[in-house]
Amino acid sequence: MIAYIVLLALRFSNELPAQGGLLDLPPMRIWEWKMAAQTLTEKILARHSGKSSVEPGENIWVDVDILMTHDVCGPGTIGVFHQNFGREAKVWDKDKVVIIPDHYIFTADKMANRNVDVLRQFVKEQGLPHYYDVGSERYKGVCHIALPEEGHTRPGEILLGTDSHTCTAGAFGEFATGIGNTDAGFVMGTGKTWLKVPPTLRFVFKGDMPPYLMAKDLILAVIGDIGCDGATYQAMEFDGEGVYALNIEERMTLCNMAIEAGGKNGIIAADQKTIDFVKSRDKASKPFLVEKSDAGARFARELVYDVRTLRPVVAKPHSPDNRAYVDECKGTKLDRAYIGSCTGGKMTDFRAAAKILAGKEVKIDTFVVPATTEVARNLKTEKLGNHTLEEIFLNAGAKIGEASCAACLGGPSDTFGRLNQAIRCISTTNRNFPGRMGHKQAEVFLASPLTVAASALTGLITDPREFLS
Amino acid sequence: MKLENIIQGKAYVLGDNIDTDQIIPAEFLTLNPAIAEEYRQFGRHALAGVPPAQGGLPKGHVLFHKNETDLVSDYQIIVGGRNFGCGSSREHAPIALDAAGIKAVVAEFYARIFYRNAVNGGYIVPAETAERLCEKVCTGDELRINLEACIMENLTTGEKYSLRPLGEVVPILEAGGVFPYARSKGMLPS
Repeated sequence: MIAYIVLLALRFSNELPAQGGLLDLPPMRIWEWKMAAQTLTEKILARHSGKSSVEPGENIWVDVDILMTHDVCGPGTIGVFHQNFGREAKVWDKDKVVIIPDHYIFTADKMANRNVDVLRQFVKEQGLPHYYDVGSERYKGVCHIALPEEGHTRPGEILLGTDSHTCTAGAFGEFATGIGNTDAGFVMGTGKTWLKVPPTLRFVFKGDMPPYLMAKDLILAVIGDIGCDGATYQAMEFDGEGVYALNIEERMTLCNMAIEAGGKNGIIAADQKTIDFVKSRDKASKPFLVEKSDAGARFARELVYDVRTLRPVVAKPHSPDNRAYVDECKGTKLDRAYIGSCTGGKMTDFRAAAKILAGKEVKIDTFVVPATTEVARNLKTEKLGNHTLEEIFLNAGAKIGEASCAACLGGPSDTFGRLNQAIRCISTTNRNFPGRMGHKQAEVFLASPLTVAASALTGLITDPREFLS
Repeated sequence: MKLENIIQGKAYVLGDNIDTDQIIPAEFLTLNPAIAEEYRQFGRHALAGVPPAQGGLPKGHVLFHKNETDLVSDYQIIVGGRNFGCGSSREHAPIALDAAGIKAVVAEFYARIFYRNAVNGGYIVPAETAERLCEKVCTGDELRINLEACIMENLTTGEKYSLRPLGEVVPILEAGGVFPYARSKGMLPS
């Protein structure tokens, strides 16, 4: 009831756009409100469609809070927008469009550079305030990490982005999912989109996390259990004390890989850690609504994990659901290690890797790519013992690249760390379908930063427990 | 694309989990589909990421394009397995298939972003079948899809397979995508 009163207050203070008009949605009426138990995802979607409750399978039109695009899908989205709304049209709300070039940045590829120019021109024409230009002080790097760093993620909101890993932002208790250029062009002009309400799968993690495990192990275990299509069209809600013990970055890793199980969104209800993080980052201090799934909400399926019994996990080539425990494939010979991306290039990931690499030398080519420029700066200042994390990586013989998506998705042939030959790589990234990191005969093993760092030291798939005392 | 009730053409058969990196590898995403000439170029790179042994089942090692520089393929219908179009949200994937001359994909089911892009952009018909057709149809077979009757006939073998009704996406496909659909419904000014 309190949430509803807050909601009404928000409606009357125009925080929520009035319904009706363009898409002729019915206004919300107080007498429609009833105590239907709902999941967090259902609550957010209901509120954004002006309904008191929604059912899985229902098609609804929702108001979008943030639309994000980047250099790979931005030019196509802008093309769709111009073609359908006119060359002189303005975006529906300048404050709600966020453009973050991050994919093909440090490359000599002329077409890739041209695409950043397309973004730049659009931002100039539209006067968009939330643009993080390449070559400027504002340049950030990987969009999914830049969004929360720059205060664009808030509990209770709907965030859509032209990137499948947009689901990362579910870690902030919001509905976040990836869309294509056409959908994004539509949102850009109207602020609205249609969505099918997904049923919710619930994943409960019990127990205290052992020091040799990371969120990456948990999510690879889940994907191994349900398959890379196991959550298709469904929401994945993560819950339990094992989840709430995780820091915000680890929660982002969990939600980031919901898409690798086919999930529509990953979501974790906000707690005090979330609220503190969001408040510390949102310069505009926009109000937000903290909600959680009701007791009695209907979950399509519930899986319970005791994290104390899990072991370090890898996903073998060529699918994120090709799970094996590290102790089952240890000794597999490797050519390269890669630590970076939205799922494995945050400070928590580098702290973990540094713990293993400190004072040692890698045996194989090891590439370190901070997700954002903020992470890159922190690598230069944060210390473990007497050395900064950057010094630890360089002293170990790793190469450090510039903040961007880099080789996570291959990219142009001069991309830092790209697999240009049919070699075998262990990586903290999130996807290992054929060709994902470059060469289509290359083999990619996905693993936690701890496992990747331990494997870099031996040149073989290695259990991090061997290096953790 | 306007939705045609009958779609006929040669089949190119793929397996499960054909992700969008295989449909259009990331190195080609520097092309901008909003520019007509670059849109056409996507056709040349369609399915460039499929490992050779998995391209053109059951034998594999069947080229999707006769010549490396061809923009359009000789095949018009793709038959896939489970979870077609998983992975990256890139709309360049259905665009590349459309540019290569593909009219329809027939798979057991789709990853949701690919499905949505295919429909909302009006690029290709994403048909679904309960049968595992990627093990029944051979690359090169002549197929004939009747969307209204929800039937696909293999003209090479004489076999008939049922398709799931396209359901609520039909009006969007008939309109040619979500924009023309929204205009026809008065949601957007025409």
